[in-house]
Amino acid sequence: MSTFLFWIFALLTLIFGAAVVINRNPVASALSLVVSFLGLAALFMSLNAYFIGIIQVLVYAGAVMVLFLFIIMLLDLRAEEGRQINWLASAGGLAVALILLGQIFSVVGHLTIAHKAFPPLPGATIDDVRHIGAALFGNYNLPFQIVGVLVLVATIGVVLLSKREPR
Amino acid sequence: MTTLGDYLIVSGILFAIGFAGVMLRRNLLIILMSLELMLNAANLSLVAFSRFRLDSNGLPNYNAQVFVFFIITVAAAEVAVGLAILVALYRTRQTTDVKDISSLKF
Repeated sequence: MSTFLFWIFALLTLIFGAAVVINRNPVASALSLVVSFLGLAALFMSLNAYFIGIIQVLVYAGAVMVLFLFIIMLLDLRAEEGRQINWLASAGGLAVALILLGQIFSVVGHLTIAHKAFPPLPGATIDDVRHIGAALFGNYNLPFQIVGVLVLVATIGVVLLSKREPR
Repeated sequence: MTTLGDYLIVSGILFAIGFAGVMLRRNLLIILMSLELMLNAANLSLVAFSRFRLDSNGLPNYNAQVFVFFIITVAAAEVAVGLAILVALYRTRQTTDVKDISSLKF
């Protein structure tokens, strides 16, 4: 993947990620999040992680976003009307985020391997699904089953939480 | 040529955007979306390192990608539980604003 495409998708991800935070309307935020996730999926593909990219589109841009939009419609949330903004708290939050960003920039700048290009792969195509599947069902079999139990517990918890209690 | 640092910088900026969202916004729904942004930023740097550190066969390090798979699964479960709590909260308080939910505040 060329450098040009990398920067296009990186900018797409970052601009729409910022739009999630900036937008006042929750529906606009959710739709910006979809575009951001699609850009991120393209970045995963550019790193030859095709399986992760597909999963990203299916799980995030598909399932999770439908869940978010469904809840927004269910609760009938409107755009926040111009409430009083606490400028001191906002400036503090922004300052902490900017300090974190500066820290990340300085760490990446001092990392020697960060300036190296990615090493070439042996073939033009790699079957990453086979390798991930082998790792998942071989080496990581126990964690995989534990995650299955976790998802089951989450399902039961959601059903219990959203059940209306009899009065 | 894109380097490892480019991907790490993009991942760091995305994490900072999500962090700023958690700090600045007061709508619980937007805070959950910002949490998702932060999780995805971590995923991006994991995949970048997986592609950078080739194993002895010259293939990417798939342990990192399995880890990303687990993170995506747990994040999906987390969103489902978080939104269920949000709906339960909205039913009793008719609000999703963190400013109005201060019973536990000291």
